[in-house]
Amino acid sequence: MQFRTPLKQARGLGASHHGRAHWWAQRVSAVAMLPLMLWLVIGLAVNSGADYAQAAAWISSPINAVMLILAFGVLFYHGALGLQVALEDYVPHKGVRMGLVFGLRFVAAFLAGFAIFSVLTIALGG
Amino acid sequence: MAKFVLPPNSRIQPGEHHPAPGGTSNTRLFKVYRWDPDGGQNPRLDTYEVDLDTCGPMVLDALIKIKNEIDPTLTFRRSCREGICGSCAMNIDGRNTLACTMAIDDIKGDVRIYPLPSMRVVKDLVPDMTHFYAQYASIKPWLRAQTPAPPDHERLQSPEDRSELDGLYECILCACCQTSCPSYWWNPDRYLGPAVLLQAYRWIADSRDESTGERLDDLDDAFKLYRCHTIMNCASACPKGLNPAKAIAEIKQLMVARQ
Repeated sequence: MQFRTPLKQARGLGASHHGRAHWWAQRVSAVAMLPLMLWLVIGLAVNSGADYAQAAAWISSPINAVMLILAFGVLFYHGALGLQVALEDYVPHKGVRMGLVFGLRFVAAFLAGFAIFSVLTIALGG
Repeated sequence: MAKFVLPPNSRIQPGEHHPAPGGTSNTRLFKVYRWDPDGGQNPRLDTYEVDLDTCGPMVLDALIKIKNEIDPTLTFRRSCREGICGSCAMNIDGRNTLACTMAIDDIKGDVRIYPLPSMRVVKDLVPDMTHFYAQYASIKPWLRAQTPAPPDHERLQSPEDRSELDGLYECILCACCQTSCPSYWWNPDRYLGPAVLLQAYRWIADSRDESTGERLDDLDDAFKLYRCHTIMNCASACPKGLNPAKAIAEIKQLMVARQ
């Protein structure tokens, strides 16, 4: 038997003070992706008929390499933030949710690291 | 995962058919959700034939007519019958609205009436609003000021500042928006929902209230506020034509403005 008033349940543990930062980071990374993704699409179009050597040369340019690294970093960061919101929406069990968010962040960080490593290998190693 | 299928004991069965008493031609079919907590049976959908020639124009008129003349066991809340008390909020023709301001003529085909979605049902069309009211109480919906009111007159407010409350003060807490929000369906325990957040903004926007910062502190939470994904069901459901999503967006803007 539990005696708890409805107000006690509605207040719960109170505000975490973490909502705003997450929401704002999602907005900022979305805005950052606008020029980065536009540039990525243009880059893909420019290299559409290119062979490996030509594409590698394009990636080796410092500006192209940095833009690619930023694009992959922001893409996976933004994706992780957005998918975390979906998990918070649909997974009510706190422990499962925490585990899934942890796994999501690991996968996103791994994929971002892998993509950035690939760019650096091509850009620096040729 | 979130529950997308009703548990077996909540699935709706076909119910009884109640023909209109007396010989009438101008009838309309009302399909009404019925559940009796004492019967131990599944909810059912009863159909009532209502004579529109002797019935008022609104859905609430038909419900009262059903209760008076056909089936006195039908249970629903109603009071003012003019859209200001919010008691008769229910799901009519697939939309949350007030039975007293919803015209029968505006509904095509049979009139399907269910209780507000996602709430625990007390009986028939009566949902349990306890948690909703507790969430409303949790935002401290009263003027909180450190400065005492002047001894010889009320706290002053300019007409411009008063107009900031337009579109907020009209809320009657009927919970039509609250229970139309998918985010509230999935996380009602922590997400405050559109109605409560609109009320929270009503006090944040009040020029006489001195607790704006504390109010924002209390909302800065991934679940209390940021479950709103601007789905906009709230704005389309509101029988008073208000826009809770806009109020929530204003709160989010203030959160950024003070960071």
